[in-house]
Amino acid sequence: MTSSDIAIDIDNVVKRYGAFTALHGVSMQIHANEFFTLLGPSGCGKTTLLRSIAGFEDVNEGAIRLYGNDIAPLPPHKRPINTVFQQYALFPHMTVTENVMFGLRRSGWSRIEAATRADDVLKLVQLSNFADRKPAQLSGGQQQRVALARALAPRPKVLLLDEPLSALDLKLRQAVRVELKQIQRETGIAFIFVTHDQEEALTMSDRIAVMSSGHVQQIGTPREIYETPINRFVADFIGETNLLNVTVQSVSEGTAQVILPSGHPFSCPAATVNSDGTGHLSVRPERIELCPAGGGDLDVKVESQVYLGTDIQLHTRVADGEKMIVRLQNAQSTILPEIDTVVGLKIEAGAARLLAD
Amino acid sequence: MAAGAPDGASSKSDIYAGNGPRLMLPVWVFIGLFLLLPVALMGVYSFLTKEFRGGVIWDFTLTAYDQFFLDRGLFGDDPAKIEWTYIGIFWRSIWQAGMATIMCLLIGFPTAWFIATRDAKTRSIWLFLITIPYWVNLLIRTVSMKFLIRDTGPLNEFLMWSGVINEPLGLINTNFAVQLGLFYSYLPFMVLPIYAAVERYDFSLSEAAADLYANVWTILRLVILPVVKPGIIAGCILVFVPSLGAFLAPDLLGGAKTFMIGSLIEEQFKGNAGNWPFGAAASMILLSIVMAVLLIYARSQTKGDK
Ligand SMILES: Nc1ncnc2c1ncn2[C@@H]1O[C@H](COP(=O)(O)OP(=O)(O)OP(=O)(O)O)[C@@H](O)[C@H]1O
Ligand SMILES: [Mg+2]
Repeated sequence: MTSSDIAIDIDNVVKRYGAFTALHGVSMQIHANEFFTLLGPSGCGKTTLLRSIAGFEDVNEGAIRLYGNDIAPLPPHKRPINTVFQQYALFPHMTVTENVMFGLRRSGWSRIEAATRADDVLKLVQLSNFADRKPAQLSGGQQQRVALARALAPRPKVLLLDEPLSALDLKLRQAVRVELKQIQRETGIAFIFVTHDQEEALTMSDRIAVMSSGHVQQIGTPREIYETPINRFVADFIGETNLLNVTVQSVSEGTAQVILPSGHPFSCPAATVNSDGTGHLSVRPERIELCPAGGGDLDVKVESQVYLGTDIQLHTRVADGEKMIVRLQNAQSTILPEIDTVVGLKIEAGAARLLAD
Repeated sequence: MAAGAPDGASSKSDIYAGNGPRLMLPVWVFIGLFLLLPVALMGVYSFLTKEFRGGVIWDFTLTAYDQFFLDRGLFGDDPAKIEWTYIGIFWRSIWQAGMATIMCLLIGFPTAWFIATRDAKTRSIWLFLITIPYWVNLLIRTVSMKFLIRDTGPLNEFLMWSGVINEPLGLINTNFAVQLGLFYSYLPFMVLPIYAAVERYDFSLSEAAADLYANVWTILRLVILPVVKPGIIAGCILVFVPSLGAFLAPDLLGGAKTFMIGSLIEEQFKGNAGNWPFGAAASMILLSIVMAVLLIYARSQTKGDK
């Protein structure tokens, strides 16, 4: 990996607001052409990091480099980085075309070139028919696409997107996701995308950085993040998971021997272990099979069923009171156990992971 | 159930928008009684004949307008020439009011911007401070201004004492003194609407513009000013219109050279020397000018929105 492949290098960035630290030494490298997602709960510092990259916040420590050059001395209007703002921030007194041309004209495009480029970009986001409207005359989804077109038009080196889809309804959001991903591939610009919707992150990203309270928890591909989370926070935040308290007997070569709450021994891949020998066994609900009581790794009592359309969720409880959720496909062959019956659960070998707090 | 709905005269959205016929009635009565009726009366008076002790005789004539625009010599039998006296006074008034408006804008915009960008608590304190002087009667404030800027007043004395100037500035009885007086009289009418517009301004628009390669001045010119323009226009109208008809500032600060429309009209209705139809005609002409300006502005606005 040469430095020219790294579009944005975030190196140990610390950002404080008074006594409050919003970013505690955050480091990550975003490659050229990459769809990179910042994922984390509300208040974890995603917007702060984006604003630092765009130049609206000065960082207290560390450096942000764009293709190898420290951008700290550059004010926002001198950074070849554009942002799609969370609330779009379209200029209300300008038409769609004028909005899109704004950045082009400011960065030295001639009027004619800028108009042509604006046409092209509006075609890309399928808004050619709306070119002469004012933002107030557009739907939320259309406004979002104007914001995207406006930010894409000047061909920035990096595009920052702060929860651009949060204002859209589910159907539109899914459509725009596909579009956005396609645009990213076509333009080859590095996208840094902020969301707290984990499904959005998993479906769109090349890589994801999971953040919590100003720390990076894990960086990896969607598959790595989902299937091999490195700690309890990541496992819990990405998708649904069951976290069973277990006692660790031994760990060798990445495999742990643990005792389940049922007293049953179980061996699984180990990511991290607490120093006191306890840990959490993370088991995805879809990686569990039902079997007759006593025939699996642990027995549970069925408490309720939740119908989810494609799936059915069973809420069950282990003898020591811990909850387990099991997800079954809604197929004709699926036999659902009665409420209050005791059934066995078989955990798919290799699908469970031992994690520290 | 909405009262106006069954007869189909108004839709529900009209009622919720506060446009229901019954809700609008008091408004129409008020406008009719206190706005349209007086203007109509003034219009009628401008076509009547003057009575020598003030008041009018109910004889319809165009004399007042004739007197305003045309010069027929001392005895009224020369060939008609254009009478420049009153047109000149009008022109000077427009100029004075325009200058006062520009001064208000130059000082008012930064002031409004400053207040609107404070945090919510201090904002109301600043607004209160801005309005405090306006609890004092306009006459008293204008007289105070006269004392402040006259040749032996504190301003000149201070400047001479500190050695900035050797002799008084001679501000009093100049056009500038009148502009200063108008500026001081109507400044809050500029500050408040602009404040309201800036307070609503979404500062993420400035960030978006900076993100799209605009420097501070470009942001001001291409984003901030156009977005808060309605507030600026409102402020300019609110300062310009009363300045145009003002008579206190020109009388007290300007002296005879700076006679303005307001004083001209005031004289026609004062004491026995007045001429009511002529005063009414001058008022109608003033009103027409103001209306024309407002209409042209409204036209340009609706066109721009399409
Ligand atoms: N100007 C500020 N002054 C003080 N604290 C701030 C400021 N801006 C943000 N913070 C704090 O920094 C933390 C991170 O904020 P940030 O906006 O980056 O969160 P986020 O991850 O984008 O959250 P969300 O998903 O809700 O948008 C929050 O705890 C917030 O309260
Ligand atoms: Mg945010």
